[in-house]
Amino acid sequence: MLEVSGLNAYYGKSHILQGVDIHVDAGEVVSLIGRNGVGRSTTVKAIMGEVPPHGRVRFKGRDIAGLPSHRIARLGIGYVPEHRDIFPDLTVRQNLMLGMKDAKKEGRWTIQGSLDMFPNLAARADSPAGVLSGGEKQMLTMCRTMMGDPDLVMIDEPTEGLAPLIVRQVGELISEIARRGVAILLVEQKLSIALDISHRVYVMGHGRIVFEGTPAELKANETVRKEWLEV
Amino acid sequence: METIVFSTLNGVLYGLLLFMLSSGLTLIFSMMGVLNFAHASFYMLGAYFAYAIGATTGFWAAMLLAPILVAGVGALVERYGLRNVHRHGHVAELLFTFGIAFLIEEIVKLIWGRNPVPYSPPAVLQQPLFTLWGTQYPSFRVFMMIVAVLMFITLWLMLKKTRIGLIVQAALTHPHMVGHLGHNVPLVFMGVFAVGCGMAALAGVIGGALLVTDPAMALTLGPIVFVVVVVGGMGSLGGAFVASILIGLIQTFAVAVDASLSDLLARFGVMVSNRSDLGRITLAQVAPMLPFLLLVLVLIFRPRGLMGARES
Ligand SMILES: Nc1ncnc2c1ncn2[C@@H]1O[C@H](COP(=O)(O)OP(=O)(O)O)[C@@H](O)[C@H]1O
Ligand SMILES: [Mg+2]
Repeated sequence: MLEVSGLNAYYGKSHILQGVDIHVDAGEVVSLIGRNGVGRSTTVKAIMGEVPPHGRVRFKGRDIAGLPSHRIARLGIGYVPEHRDIFPDLTVRQNLMLGMKDAKKEGRWTIQGSLDMFPNLAARADSPAGVLSGGEKQMLTMCRTMMGDPDLVMIDEPTEGLAPLIVRQVGELISEIARRGVAILLVEQKLSIALDISHRVYVMGHGRIVFEGTPAELKANETVRKEWLEV
Repeated sequence: METIVFSTLNGVLYGLLLFMLSSGLTLIFSMMGVLNFAHASFYMLGAYFAYAIGATTGFWAAMLLAPILVAGVGALVERYGLRNVHRHGHVAELLFTFGIAFLIEEIVKLIWGRNPVPYSPPAVLQQPLFTLWGTQYPSFRVFMMIVAVLMFITLWLMLKKTRIGLIVQAALTHPHMVGHLGHNVPLVFMGVFAVGCGMAALAGVIGGALLVTDPAMALTLGPIVFVVVVVGGMGSLGGAFVASILIGLIQTFAVAVDASLSDLLARFGVMVSNRSDLGRITLAQVAPMLPFLLLVLVLIFRPRGLMGARES
């Protein structure tokens, strides 16, 4: 469904992505893991068009490299960025409403469904989203992106800085997304929740993919883990 | 008493006129992060377009058509100018809007000449509405207040109550995220720019008829609108409103209160001869300076403005 090949990206003169190749098939859960600063976020930003991509990015058989973000989103890619960019002045409900690409067009996900899933969000449905806790903001950004009914969603470090209990909730929501048939590209630093739910794993190091395989294969491969993941 | 009532009325009136300009400028600033130096030029275009269109259609149709036309000009300027310049950074954008301001001024001089054009309110609105202490208050001034207030209510309802308003609000702070959700942010930017220019033009339709319609009107009002936006706090509509009214009142009262500096200083026990140069300066003469004095003071003591959130 998503095929990325020979992807390069730059910030000014620094060459961040140096020929990244990844693919995600329909309904598949794929993790992209690696240490901080290796270029995982840049990869999803380049796919989304927030950073200019150099190379091939195809989605559902169409070239999407160089398209503006909103066109890419409308082709069916959802993106949950790493900084939980909720709209702080709008209410929780309004945040969810803006996740819909057109008014009154709910798909597999509904506002009521999201509120039912997370009672904390329901309790603050009409308060400004700025008052939410970190975990609640994370749930809101993910639910908001799902309101757009994407076929593939890229989620960047959803568990960063969250308490273990909340991390489990995030994991459950990701599993629910997968159950509804949405393909997932999950960016994580650690192996933990990524390994439990992924079909395949990519390990990234210094702007390149250094490993591709199943979670079991990664577990067995101590060299890759030592060199590219453990600190 | 008489002076206070009339000065307050006129001060609020002038403040509302300022807010018709500063509200649009603030929205555009929040969105693009650049002060549009040409904003007051769209105010001037509004006045001239209304004058030109009004000659054939009459005032009322012109009042509607002129802002729409100017909004169209604004949309073109954003789409084919600012959007391309945006890539080269804020300095380039600022210079670009400078260029547009002078371009518009020269075009206006070319078409309508250097002297003021005889653009005035329609006869019905020139009659006095009420008389207080023997002084008549023109109905056009009250009409202007009504138009301004209606415009703000419409703007507020659009921002707070419509889906497109929510998208605009979200795009003010998180344009990338709004784009990632599938909304056409460049189109939203163009729309906001156009609406901001249209509002400035509506102010011009009225301000031109009330004050004067000449090629200098943009440069007269432009800097004061900047002061309003900075004093109010960059990007804050509420701040722009408070600052508009404040500056409107300050200027009107300074002109109305006919005190000379020597009188003022005398109150504090400083004696300056009325015949010396310093002593002859009246508050009315100082009035044009006051907004800029306020600007300097605010920048020194409260750089984020009255209500602005400091951008990182
Ligand atoms: N806006 C930026 N400008 C310049 N360099 C950046 C920017 N964002 C990230 N980088 C650099 O690019 C590299 C990759 O960053 P990123 O993709 O965010 O890494 P990761 O998500 O894997 O932690 C890092 O070295 C980082 O310092
Ligand atoms: Mg990152």
